[in-house]
Amino acid sequence: MASLLHFFILVPILGFIINGLTPNKKEGLLSWGAFFTIGIHLFGAIVFIIYWLQNGYPTLNLKDISLFKTNDYEFFIDFCFDKITVVYLFVGSFITFLVTIYSRYYMHREDGYKRFFNTILFFYIGYNITIFSGNLETLFIGWEILGISSFLLIAFYRDRYLPVKNAVKVFSIYRIGDVGLILAMWMSHHLWHENITFLKLSNYEMVHEHLQSHSFFGVFISLMILLSAAAKSAQLPFSSWLPRAMEGPTPSSAIFYGSLSVHVGVFLLLRTFPFWEQQLSVRILIGALGFVTMLIATGIARVQSSVKSQIAYASIAQIGIIFIEVAAGFENLALFHFAGNAFLRTYQLLVSPSVVSYLIREQFYNFSPRQRSIEDSFPKKIEYTLYMLSIKEWNLDSLMYRYLWNPMKMLGNRLNFLTINRVLVFFIPVYVFGLFALYNEEVIPPIIHEYLPILFSLIGLTMVLKSFTERKKARMSWMLIILNHFWVALSISFNEHYKYTETLLYLSGIIVAGIIGFISLTRLQLLEKSIDLDQFHGHSLKHPKIAFVFLLCCLGASGFPITPTFIGEDVIFSHIHENQITLAFFTSLSFIIDGLSIIRIYARVFLGPHVKSVYETAYRSS
Amino acid sequence: MKTHNSLFDEHEILHELKHFLPAQAPLKDFIHHNTLHAFQNLKFYSGIRKASDMFGYKTSLSLDEYRGLYEEQRISPAILKKIITGKKGVALVKEWTEKAISKEFENSSLPKIGAIRSNWKRQYQIDMDSLVHPILFRIICSYLDQGISIWGFPVRQKSFLASLREMERNSFSSFFKTERAKQLLLHDKCDISTLLTILVGDESLFKQYLFDQQFAHQGWSGMVSAIEDQPQTLLDQRRITLHDLIVFELLLEIDALEFRFGKDWTPIKSRLTVQPVNLFAETPQTELNEVLEIWQNAFEWTYYDEVLAGIKMEKNGQKKIANKSFQAMFCIDDRECSLRRYLEQYDADCETFGTPGFFGVEFFYQPEDGKFYTKVCPAPVTPKYLIKEVHAFKKKDRDVHFTKHSHSFYGGWLISQTLGFWSAVRLFVNIFRPSMSPATASSFRHMEKYSKLTIENKNIENKENGLQVGFAIDEMAQRVEGLLKSIGLVKDFAPIVYVVGHGSSSVNNPHYAAYDCGACSGRAGSVNSRVICYMANHPKVREILATRGIVIPAKTQFLGALHDTTRDEIAFFDEDSLSHDNLEIHNKNEVTFDNALDSNAKERSRRFESIDSKLSPEKIHDKIRTRSVSLFEPRPELNHATNALCIVGSRELTKGLFLDRRAFMNSYDYTIDPDGKFLFNILKAAAPVCGGINLEYYFSRVDNQKLGAGTKLPHNVMGLFGVANGIDGDLRPGLPSQMIEVHDPVRLLIIVEHLPEVVLDTIQRNAETYEWFINEWVNLVVVHPETKEFYSFKEGGFVKYQPLKQQVDTVSDMIPLLESNQDNVPVYLIA
Repeated sequence: MASLLHFFILVPILGFIINGLTPNKKEGLLSWGAFFTIGIHLFGAIVFIIYWLQNGYPTLNLKDISLFKTNDYEFFIDFCFDKITVVYLFVGSFITFLVTIYSRYYMHREDGYKRFFNTILFFYIGYNITIFSGNLETLFIGWEILGISSFLLIAFYRDRYLPVKNAVKVFSIYRIGDVGLILAMWMSHHLWHENITFLKLSNYEMVHEHLQSHSFFGVFISLMILLSAAAKSAQLPFSSWLPRAMEGPTPSSAIFYGSLSVHVGVFLLLRTFPFWEQQLSVRILIGALGFVTMLIATGIARVQSSVKSQIAYASIAQIGIIFIEVAAGFENLALFHFAGNAFLRTYQLLVSPSVVSYLIREQFYNFSPRQRSIEDSFPKKIEYTLYMLSIKEWNLDSLMYRYLWNPMKMLGNRLNFLTINRVLVFFIPVYVFGLFALYNEEVIPPIIHEYLPILFSLIGLTMVLKSFTERKKARMSWMLIILNHFWVALSISFNEHYKYTETLLYLSGIIVAGIIGFISLTRLQLLEKSIDLDQFHGHSLKHPKIAFVFLLCCLGASGFPITPTFIGEDVIFSHIHENQITLAFFTSLSFIIDGLSIIRIYARVFLGPHVKSVYETAYRSS
Repeated sequence: MKTHNSLFDEHEILHELKHFLPAQAPLKDFIHHNTLHAFQNLKFYSGIRKASDMFGYKTSLSLDEYRGLYEEQRISPAILKKIITGKKGVALVKEWTEKAISKEFENSSLPKIGAIRSNWKRQYQIDMDSLVHPILFRIICSYLDQGISIWGFPVRQKSFLASLREMERNSFSSFFKTERAKQLLLHDKCDISTLLTILVGDESLFKQYLFDQQFAHQGWSGMVSAIEDQPQTLLDQRRITLHDLIVFELLLEIDALEFRFGKDWTPIKSRLTVQPVNLFAETPQTELNEVLEIWQNAFEWTYYDEVLAGIKMEKNGQKKIANKSFQAMFCIDDRECSLRRYLEQYDADCETFGTPGFFGVEFFYQPEDGKFYTKVCPAPVTPKYLIKEVHAFKKKDRDVHFTKHSHSFYGGWLISQTLGFWSAVRLFVNIFRPSMSPATASSFRHMEKYSKLTIENKNIENKENGLQVGFAIDEMAQRVEGLLKSIGLVKDFAPIVYVVGHGSSSVNNPHYAAYDCGACSGRAGSVNSRVICYMANHPKVREILATRGIVIPAKTQFLGALHDTTRDEIAFFDEDSLSHDNLEIHNKNEVTFDNALDSNAKERSRRFESIDSKLSPEKIHDKIRTRSVSLFEPRPELNHATNALCIVGSRELTKGLFLDRRAFMNSYDYTIDPDGKFLFNILKAAAPVCGGINLEYYFSRVDNQKLGAGTKLPHNVMGLFGVANGIDGDLRPGLPSQMIEVHDPVRLLIIVEHLPEVVLDTIQRNAETYEWFINEWVNLVVVHPETKEFYSFKEGGFVKYQPLKQQVDTVSDMIPLLESNQDNVPVYLIA
């Protein structure tokens, strides 16, 4: 029975590939492709669920291919199927199925018809991998796919300024969630000394025993999971990304931000519940976060004067309640609530354009000039203050900038003295020295040896910071990103001796992606003269092929599960010791910024209004 | 407000700014108008050139598009040659033809707008728009909001700035990030010129800076300006002015600079390295402009020429009908063109007329239980009358999905776990079996079919809020006379005269008002049709009419109706008032109407991808009905797309022509109007109304991004009055791409059947109307009623026009052609 689970992963992948090969102009074929893929998937899901119920609804676990194995480490794909998966599967395929049919007509004659359906299918792959995942590693694959497909759908209207800007914004929040997950995986390797499956986590005694002796580990892992879940489900302090994600065609907003994508954070909590169930403080924290989010988001929803942002904040508030339910251990209620909220918001978003005629009519017949809301009874000063704070979304949006990105940019700007030449002249000798030292480790005094990994990872971090803030040369920025990985590799090599094959595994994807990406940018530069990073250039308009190849390179270089680097990243992390918080911090920070910098290059060079045509492009503000 | 002896005259500049901003009213009052109305004082080609130069609009098709049309033979070589000869002389034909067809042009000019403000980014490295726009838009939207938010703007009765001041004064928080902006708002003098002095410094740059600033978000500025001019357009009124918007925006800009640089910044004047280009400078004509002009003229005249050739050859319409079975009056609207053709086809003895769809009766309408009055006549008219609906038994459907309770946490908690599952069912049903729902905007809801209307005023004192309830007898007679004489229906009355208004039904369509009758201010024409019928049926009115030469036989009855142009359905009103004989006739006519509507649906379906036009008319009609209630259908109908003609003359002139729903048609009989009295009124309305529709389609089509609304798929409804992309975007006035994609951007050709000298005299009577013609924003051709010669209006006079096209094909059966063709089809003679 468990082996049937493959079906649910393979069908969307197959559909995605077939649709990818269908020519651009064939609207009928493209939409039928998506329709059939998801239709078969839905049908299969219903049949399987019935079969599963008849067989006494066992929790299924399927250990799939092992991608990488050493003595003390194994990276394997694992699938799991239980009540939680069932609910997410049914809701997901049902909504996606309806939205696909909806979009067949809705998207008619739209540029990017193929792009739309392919991204939907891509999203669907990610969604299924996530909900079927049996361990954190598998979940992480789906998680990454969700992030990228979100980015692509928000920036669907890639020739306008705001969608691209907001897509980058959302991606940067997602990136924080990603790293939370990486750190959770890192620590859990050290806690369990294996790649633990969710199934094993449900063994109460085992978890209990482990956490007894390593309570700090437990809290750390739980916090990282909460960070990821909060970012993905738009809880505080990340909430402001959700309304800003509503830039794509309405059905895509409905499926992503109304229903499925935004509830994936809840899924993560439900899945890992057995793990943090025994940590009361964590449960209180999750509940409290949900509670505060619920209050704040409700307030913000009440003052919204645009339909979609109102639905977005109302949905966030409900997810806050779902967090409370999960924390309280009401799993069934949470699942039920998830399904209801997902259906409701999908439908509300889909009919949102009708709101004009409906509410105007309502107003015409039922208007009273002084409609009072509950807040009118507050003391004036409190009322005005709350209103203003809600209108400004409690500064959540600028908060991220003020306390996270801007300091980084400031740091990066300090590095303006770095030019390509200086980078080469200074860092290559240092790197060579580092390599030399690595081969002659015995001559280095242990006290220095201890700090070398941190030093090297710090140099790597400097590289990505510089890359992130580079305003002029796209290729330089790209090169720094690639170099960062070399520093990380060097740094970890000092930390612990392991096989070179592991380093190779880690760097292989990056090297290939790096070289091809560099060539792509060079080619573009030849064709278009200058490409700086100070503004959006929109080159995908004239060079769609280069744009596509470069996008693949970006995915490769950011450790997306299309190259061995994805596994390598995980392996590398497993060599950071559980007590090396500083090293873990630097390395993960450099991963965050690294991803951001990559997506920034892609967005600035290939997306946005085309730099050469002022005419026939939308205003920046629209 | 006053600044003595200065370059900066605030009042004048605001006035000018308002003139240039988009004039579109809130969605519920969407009325088509010339998008570039601000340039109408110039000749068409100079106007669009200047607009393009100032604001970066694309104002014609691109050279490649024209050349493509030429290759597809949709621009005729003969016409192109003729146009070039007319413009450049015979000697230069070869040279200019080559320029038009193959010369490469480099267009590297940048629009002038933004020249000063771009220095914030260039010299100060500050992205002013990103810092100011989101909060500015959000606060304006919240202040103006008509009912989306649950917790409305706390201070609404005061003017915008006063409301902000009040909140700012009594709050622990602030709209601003710095103390300085707050101080300026609360305590100091914060008029525009003071703030500009802080920000810009140089008075000579003030005006241009304000243009730069407001045109960075022309959607919001235009909306504010429109609401300032007609506050009643919002049901829940607000006191906002462009002045207030500018003051607030300037404060936010100062705030952004203060926040970034502290005290350490100087006005933009100090950092200007080069003098910015003057936004208002003359725009010289380039060779490219000339080539584009030639192409546009050639494109237009290729079509016009075909139409005129068709009119010349048309003989079919001149057959006299001895015994008229019925007469039907429709709106001038281009969408009624084909329905009339089918009625005449199914019943050769009927006669149809066209006239603006408010049928000459102007009033406010108040439906039963309505809290407001709705204007149902052309937008510029301010009626003095009120018609009320009484005895309506309507049930007001509600849809719980729009309830605001789902947005609170406790309500949402309950609702998402109960209603949420109902949503899934609803969505499923809606996708597989779309049907009417409370969310649908339906034309038949405008007025309850069996309700009564207070049409007759028996006591002149009966007034409500300064409006007279109903019309007195002589007022009625005057209106009926005016209507009948203007369309030439003064004798030979059939037993039943239908007066058919129109409206439309759509769902998920914020632009629904644009689909209704423009002559009724974006409402359905049902009330107007009933009102005029009541008047024309009134015995006392008929007595008066008889004394004025219009004798309506006693057995003739007028019957109101409403045609839904999306669903192709018709509803008749007051059928029980028909005499026994007439009821029988009516029942027979209804079959004719049904057949005509089925066929009309079939003809329309050829433009729709999702409907197979080869099916039977009844089947197609079903699909058309489903389409109008489908949530996922962004094109319920195509509205005025492809409009290109306005024919003012007798039906006989074009009865035998297939005009492909591209013509506005106003019936008119020159013989009863020798000095053009009625013609004057017709043209006074037709030029701005039809011309406005035509030009809005033109500009939304040629530059859908800047002059249109872009694709409607990502649109987000803002405050119930506008749409924007995403949540932080500028409002998008104009038409979405789904409405204009099949439209050919050609200017309207008005064809008038009368003597050229009378027409010339008529159009010159009113300067505003004449501007449309003399500045060529619409084209005009006169058909001499006796000789059928054409005279084209050029530079203030008429010149004879001989169509180049000699042959127009005759078809006996249009159906195969319509079934196989999705694009515009040429003019045909119908056998």
